[in-house]
Amino acid sequence: MNEKMKKEPLVHIIKRADIPQWKSWVIRIGAGVIGLLLCAGFSCIFSKDFGGFFAELFNGAFGTERRIWMLFQNIAILLGIAIALTPAFKMHFWNIGAEGQTLVGCLAGAACVFYWGGEIPEGALLVLMLVCSMIASVIWAVIPAIFKALFNTNETLFTLMMNYVAAALVSLCISIWVTSGSGVLGILNFGHLPKIMNQQYFLNIIIVVLITLFMFFYLRYSKHGYEISVVGESTNTAKYIGIYVKKVIIRTMIVSGLFCGIMGWILVAGTNFTVYADIVGGRGFTAILVSWLAHFNPFGMILTAFLVVFMQQGAAQVNTVYQLGPSAFENIIVGIFLLCIIACEFFINYQVKFRVKNKNATPEKKEKKTTESAEREEKA
Amino acid sequence: MKKPVAIELKNITKTFGEVVANKNVNLTVYRGEILSVLGENGCGKTTLMNMISGIYFPDEGEIFVNGEPVMIRSPKDAFAYKIGMIHQHFKLVDVFTAADNIILGEKMPVYSVTEETKKIKEKMEKELADVSDEKKKKIQAKYLAKIGALPFIKLGKAFKFGHLTKNRAKVLQQIADQYGFEIDLSKKIYDMSVSEKQTVEIIKVLYRGADILILDEPTAVLTPQEIKKLFDVLRKMRESGKSIIIITHKLNEVMEISDRVAVLRKGEHIATVETKKTNEKELTEMMVGKKIDLNIERPEPVDPKPRLEIKNLTIMNKEGGKAVDDVSFVINGGEILGIAGISGNGQKELLEGIAGLQKTESGDIIFHNPKKNKPVTFFHKTLKQIKEMAKQGFFHYPDGKKVDLTGMKKKEIEKLVNEEQILFYEDEIIDLKHKTPLEIRELGIKLSFVPEDRLNMGLVGNMSIVDNMLLKSYRKGKSIFVNRKKPKILADEIIDELEVVTPSDMTPVRKLSGGNVQKVLVGREISSSPKVLMAAYPVRGLDINSSYLIYNLLNQQKQKNVAVIFVGEDLDVLMALCDRILVICSGRVSGIVEGKKAKKEELGLLMTKTEE
Repeated sequence: MNEKMKKEPLVHIIKRADIPQWKSWVIRIGAGVIGLLLCAGFSCIFSKDFGGFFAELFNGAFGTERRIWMLFQNIAILLGIAIALTPAFKMHFWNIGAEGQTLVGCLAGAACVFYWGGEIPEGALLVLMLVCSMIASVIWAVIPAIFKALFNTNETLFTLMMNYVAAALVSLCISIWVTSGSGVLGILNFGHLPKIMNQQYFLNIIIVVLITLFMFFYLRYSKHGYEISVVGESTNTAKYIGIYVKKVIIRTMIVSGLFCGIMGWILVAGTNFTVYADIVGGRGFTAILVSWLAHFNPFGMILTAFLVVFMQQGAAQVNTVYQLGPSAFENIIVGIFLLCIIACEFFINYQVKFRVKNKNATPEKKEKKTTESAEREEKA
Repeated sequence: MKKPVAIELKNITKTFGEVVANKNVNLTVYRGEILSVLGENGCGKTTLMNMISGIYFPDEGEIFVNGEPVMIRSPKDAFAYKIGMIHQHFKLVDVFTAADNIILGEKMPVYSVTEETKKIKEKMEKELADVSDEKKKKIQAKYLAKIGALPFIKLGKAFKFGHLTKNRAKVLQQIADQYGFEIDLSKKIYDMSVSEKQTVEIIKVLYRGADILILDEPTAVLTPQEIKKLFDVLRKMRESGKSIIIITHKLNEVMEISDRVAVLRKGEHIATVETKKTNEKELTEMMVGKKIDLNIERPEPVDPKPRLEIKNLTIMNKEGGKAVDDVSFVINGGEILGIAGISGNGQKELLEGIAGLQKTESGDIIFHNPKKNKPVTFFHKTLKQIKEMAKQGFFHYPDGKKVDLTGMKKKEIEKLVNEEQILFYEDEIIDLKHKTPLEIRELGIKLSFVPEDRLNMGLVGNMSIVDNMLLKSYRKGKSIFVNRKKPKILADEIIDELEVVTPSDMTPVRKLSGGNVQKVLVGREISSSPKVLMAAYPVRGLDINSSYLIYNLLNQQKQKNVAVIFVGEDLDVLMALCDRILVICSGRVSGIVEGKKAKKEELGLLMTKTEE
């Protein structure tokens, strides 16, 4: 038996049974601060200005009135897509196809404008756009759901592949619509959502707030929401109490698709007024993260969506001010920050205990050391 | 004669957050003995053993193996000290054969030619130091030959390992036979019964050279015959000098197999006594901390009338074989029908078939709904059905007159039904074959199923007790929102009446101990006043107190004229509790015996009865 074997392990990793709410928030906020410091450190390598990073970060998000509106608009879009995804995730249906589902919603909306714009009244056009967007998105969402329900097809791959089909479909449509050869569909002149208080994005934000409220109550207090949780947790139990699992899967994906459609509609009618293959811009994937980080709680998602968008916008500003080149810099900054936020979940679920040195110490000393190590761990 | 100490625990303490799992536990295990660790659920038996086997690390205290202080930081360390644990939940790869599972992780032994050469050279030089020249050459030649042979030896070892890998089933079979295990190691795990899987786990531990074996509730899943076999094997191991620790709360087994018994209560070590010098009563008292009545009541059945008729029922399993084969029996209201059998012989499929969760191949399940002189409701019947049944003369008015609905308006009929004016003449007879699980549940046929994984069917682990109560009632009412008021009342009632230990009614069920999970499940099913209650292994893994509570609950249901089907594994309990015992073997009924007259041997024989 060698000496090494006799030592207590340096760190214990213990699964926490329960953690007080405040403690988990201390850890989360701590992780956020560490993330920001790391980001600042990273940008400091290029800009040689540590403090300036923070200034520009806030400047980028809150600097001007327009930026604040952009911030809220971007939060609204990201949050909306995350909300749309959430019922499926809660059902443990790993839908990573929000990108495509939203995109076909956009396409259907744009198609309405393209073919009927100017021919029918603006109000009717908007409603038509909404309906078409919702139908298109529902179709996109429900196809994998049907396959999952009937043939138990893997939904992750299926929904992912549907994204590419959607993108290709958009490119195809644009190549048909745009005959000039530029390959870009310009700003459409019809089907714009009305401005409120002279702000184009205000209505978008209101709609997303309503969606968020609806989803919160839908998931928490409705029978559908309850069924979704049961199916997600245990299909056997669901069958036992008489839930038709297939029906719930399909119904939930229809709900998810409906909201993706609304988001596609908002993107076309309230934000970009056109359609292109990258209009969703990866937010269908970022939304997954937003939803997960908030533990599928719609109100939590407001916070996580804010964090993501805040970092994106702030990092872009830092990038511009210090002329750090391509957008890769922004992505790295956002990546570092999010990594810290995600990693801190480990410390919420597990407790890391360090070895107590000097085993022969008096009990009082020992106790003191453990509290010290606990404190150290909290700081970490 | 004092045996050498194999392992000793001194002042072991382990806490999880605020919960003290073990507190200053002292325990000694000698070589060549079987020690039982006895205690109620959640008293820290498993935690203590997990610390020996390296899954947890003690907060305080020391462990000595063979008299030396050791630090067991991981299962790997435990293995280095020749400690092996057989867990309650088997850790096997399903798609591998038993042999593959046993040698899993085994590496080809490292054999470095250069190092071996060095060693041989050193040895040679030692020998050469004081020898004459003539002899030197001879010795040198001898050693050179040895060095030269090294690559071949290496090759040979590789071959041997290759041979072992190829013939692992055979080689391991020898080990198995040596201890008297009856098992085919070339079988795939998913084809194996629970007892076979357990055997594989034991062989795995033995193969890795364990001297100290820890078995966590090994008998919980076995039949009497299998238990006997297991005990024979354990005795053989004891004879070969191994130390065996068994975690259990079955007293009769403790008395039968162990040399000494260590009793734990609420994380503390109460005493270690020699089995010969104690008795079951004393042990129970030590375990529970108070006196307990160990008799199970069997009230006489009241007004037994057929409630459920199973006729020539056949159910296929997933592989296309017959899981339930031409089974027929009748269960009466007000009696407890026990189902005995080796686990995996169709009990699960039979119950699931009755509950509508399994597709039945052929046969009928006829339910006699005790509706005689009870009002008809719109609960399962549409207006049209009621009209049709009235035509056929099923109903009478409270004054005894036959109901005639011809020419009546919809509203009038609805009024009559709602005022409970239309009564059944006789019990309603319903064929369950074409009903959905939901309809069957609502007819009052409740399944309180406890499969291997408690949380797999019936409960949702991540949901609170309240939400689990909600499972059965959330559909009621037209509102699109769920109402948690009544489930909360029910949850509190169950917590109160069945003494469920839980921080609150909002605690996720998965955080409760096994016995408490069970109470929640059974409590919920009973609360809806069932007409048929099916309970499969409802006391599996439960401590004495909780088990008796469950028996009492079943008896209460019986006295309420419920037909109770009780699938059990402890024959003593079956014989004490049930009015009749149906024995099932390979999906067929091999006999139905009266509980009072049943003999254990007879039941055991029926359980293994093969086709004549």
